[in-house]
Formats: sequence, structure tokens, C-alpha cells
Amino acid sequence: MTGNDDASSPPTVADHISSAAIEVARLVKVYKQTRAVDGISFSLPRGSITGLLGGNGAGKTTTIAMIMGLVLPTSGRVRVLGHRMPEDSAAVLGRMNFESPYVDMPMRLTVRQNLTIFGKLYAVRHLADRIAKLADDLDLNDFIDRANGKLSAGQKTRVALAKALINQPELLLLDEPTASLDPDTADWVRGHLERYRKDNNATILLASHNMLEVERLCDRVIIMKRGRIEDDDTPDAIMARYNRTTLEEVFLDVARGRVNGAKEGAR
Amino acid sequence: MTASGGAGATMTELSLHRRISVQRIGAMILRYWYLLMSSWPRLLELLYWPALQIITWGFLQLYIAQNANFFARAGGTLIGAVILWDILFRGQLGFSISFLEEMWARNLGNLMMSPLKPIEFLLSLMAMSLIRLAIGVIPMTLLALIFFHFNVYGLGLPLIAFFCNLIFTSWSVGIFVSGLVLRNGLGAESIVWTLMFGIMPLACIYYPVSVLPGWLQYVAWSLPPTYVFEGMRALLIENTFRTDLMLEALAINAGLLVASFWAFLALLRSARKHGSLLAGGE
Repeated sequence: MTGNDDASSPPTVADHISSAAIEVARLVKVYKQTRAVDGISFSLPRGSITGLLGGNGAGKTTTIAMIMGLVLPTSGRVRVLGHRMPEDSAAVLGRMNFESPYVDMPMRLTVRQNLTIFGKLYAVRHLADRIAKLADDLDLNDFIDRANGKLSAGQKTRVALAKALINQPELLLLDEPTASLDPDTADWVRGHLERYRKDNNATILLASHNMLEVERLCDRVIIMKRGRIEDDDTPDAIMARYNRTTLEEVFLDVARGRVNGAKEGAR
Repeated sequence: MTASGGAGATMTELSLHRRISVQRIGAMILRYWYLLMSSWPRLLELLYWPALQIITWGFLQLYIAQNANFFARAGGTLIGAVILWDILFRGQLGFSISFLEEMWARNLGNLMMSPLKPIEFLLSLMAMSLIRLAIGVIPMTLLALIFFHFNVYGLGLPLIAFFCNLIFTSWSVGIFVSGLVLRNGLGAESIVWTLMFGIMPLACIYYPVSVLPGWLQYVAWSLPPTYVFEGMRALLIENTFRTDLMLEALAINAGLLVASFWAFLALLRSARKHGSLLAGGE
């Protein structure tokens, strides 16, 4: 199920038996007078990488926060790895993880201390080995015993990614994972995410403003505008539908309302 | 799941806290321990104010004792009151500051998204309040012994009853104000520092309940610390341990702890409803 639905429709039995990594049904979030998310529905199969696109205020972060259980929906339903959120969050929080610019790791603690604490919170077995592997994979060894607050933006992002991968999550939610990174580091992070997905059959939901990143990483794109889903398809199909060669052009078309009938083919 | 649910939903959340993980609580204690050990100003702050308090009030007690027979007889009531008040105040502060560290570090979202349960988070904050209290108050009691010959440990077993009742009250206040900050952001931080002072005149720390107007005495007796300070005076002045006072305080504390935990969960739920966990700032 994709698209925007009437929030008053009752949930179906299918909502309860799907094995999708994420199922969002008729999700609505209203803050006072603002409908931040307006009746969206989508379902992400396991092992997929999906990009959530949209301008500022489109509802991406609120949607991800509701999937994580950090924000309660006004109405609608979220299921993660087969469990209802946030009611069954205890069953899934250990199997998922996230990275977001809205949170930081404790600044005075060293990278190793931070990873140790989060590893213990996620009950990671053989934690020292896991930290050593992440340090190798994400190139943290040069600063692993340095306080997090003394790292560069790029180093902090790699540490945040290490924290997000500490429990080898089946589901990874990433909000602007390469923001503030130089092109080389950003490219390196994308490569790592691709490898992680491939090696672990992980599901990744990625909110980003970087269209090249989405084109490279994602096998599906959901475009949001004013809390609603504007389009939902593969990057190639969306670009073809809008008669554009890049997602950035599509993004600008959507943001500026230059749709020109492209929506007719949208599923 | 919808945002509606209120008290019923909060009770459901309460029932989800059956399987508590010692490892996760230990991880949080380790997190605060690393923080304390990495910051000498934080350690100094723990020691500085209690030491200053005991020295100031200790000399005042000495002066009064030299000039008034009553205080000579009731030696230690002021110093004892200062130490017990500090257990109450520092206990709450130790709890709340550890919580605030997560707000200041913008780490709350990471914790709320992890398998850490609210009850485990609160238990780790309680443990940290004890650790911070030990760092600040044990040197304070030694100063009282060395400079003013007041041995708080000489109170014996009643000291344990006093301590437990005070620490339970401090946790209840700490849990409640942490919930307020969680819901309202750091704009509510000043409540952490000031709320305990609001009960100071009513808890009758330095004077007996009988000096209050009749109607205010009812309010005073609704606060567990009042029983502790009355009990301390009975012990030091009349050499009588009032078990009845301690049991009454314990009963009120049990009610306060349950109420504060319920309030914390309700405020957490409200924070989720209003998106405060993502904002976190003012």
C-alpha cells in the first residue's frame, strides 16, 4: 500500500500479517494547527534501500520519528519488523538503529567509551570485537580514544554511523547521514552503507536532501511535500515520469509545483 | 497507535517494565561515571557546596552553643540538620543533573531509541544520585567530625532510617522534575534547581513543626522530610528514636514514588505526543 489515504479508514487484516520491514498505514501527525504528516501509507520490503525526499517541512523527520516511536501519531498505524510501534517497541528497538542530526553522542566521552555504552545498551555480544571491527571498517582507530567533542564533523559522522551499526541492525533509519561531510568522506560513507545492506540484507530508510546520494543508493524513492506523498517509485521511473535526467530536477519540479501531468503515471 | 490513551496507556507502559535489564542499568551508570571522571569541575562542584555549608553552619552552631544552654544541650541539631538537608537536596540534584546531562548532550533521542526502558533509565539515575551523594556528603560528614566534633554516624541505626526516607523523597522530586524537563525542554531547567527550596520552610529543617501556624502544620506533615527532621531532634534532644515518625514517612514516600513514576511516564508520553523528544532545547 502506498500513497495518501483517508485517515478514517479502518486498518485491514493485511496490516497485521505482512512481513515487510516497515509498514505505515494512513499515518497522520497534527501539531496544533499544522498537519505535519497527512495520511501517508507505504510499505518497505526487507533488504531494500528507500530514499525519503522532500523540502524542509515536508514531514520526513516527523515520519521517521514516528517509525522510531519518538513521536506518537495523531492517527494511523506503524509496524516495524512485524511489530506495532510504539506499543511493541521493546520487541524491535534492539533490532533497529538510527542516525540523525537531531541527536549527538556525549561530547566528553571518548569514541570507545560511547560505543561501549551503546553496545551494552543493545546487549551486543563480544562487544570489544565488535567495536574493533567497526573501528577498522569506519576508519576510527586514529581517534577512538579521543573525546567525541574534539572530533571534526566528518569524524563525528563516522562515529554516529558506528553507533548506528553497533548492534548490526536489521533496520537502519538515517536522517541526512552525509550532511556536513566533504564529498570524499560522503562518498566513502555511501559505499559503506551499500556494503552493509548487501552483507546483512538490512533495510535502510534514508531521508536526504542530497539527490545524487539517493540516486546512487536507493532502489526506491518516496517524495513528500506538505506532509503528503507526492510520488513513490524507483528513481529511474520517477525521472522518466517527470521527463527529467536527474532526481534534483524532479525535486525542483515538485518543490515548485511544475508537475505538468507527470503525476498521471504515478502509482 | 494513536496519541490518545492517557492514563490507561500509561498504566500499560507501567506493565511493560517487568523485565528489567541490569546490564542496561549498568551501562548508564558507566556512562555517568565516565563523565564524572572526565571532568574535574563536575567533581569539584560535588565537594564544594557541601563543604562550604558544613563549615558555615558548624561555626554558627559553635557560637550559639557558647551562648545558649538549650543549644549546648541539644548539641548537633544544626549541624545534623545541615547534613540531613544536604542528603535531601543533593540526592535530588544528583538525580536531576544526571538527567540534565542527557539533555545538554542532546543524547536523549539516542537513549529513547535504544532498548533502554524508562524504569531502567530512572533506576540508573537513582544509582547515580547515591554515587554523587557519597562523593559530596561523606567528606562533609568527616569535616563535621574533625572541626565540630559532630559524628553523624554516631546516630547509629536511626541514621539509616533518616537517610532512606530523605533519599526516597529526593528521588520522587527528581523523577517528577525530570519529567517536566523532558516534556517542556531546557526552558524548565530552573525547576530542577529551585523546587526543593520550595519545601524547605515547610519541612521544618531547623525548627520544630510546632512553631508553624496550625493550618500550615497539616501541610508540613504531608512532607516526609518533616518527619525525619522531627525525628532527628527527638533523637538528639530527648535521646528518643521515633519509629512511628519513620514509618509514617516511609508510607508517604511510597505513595510519592509511585505518583512521581506515573507522572514521569505521563510526561514522557506527552513529550512523544508533542514531539519534544526531537526538539530538546528551550
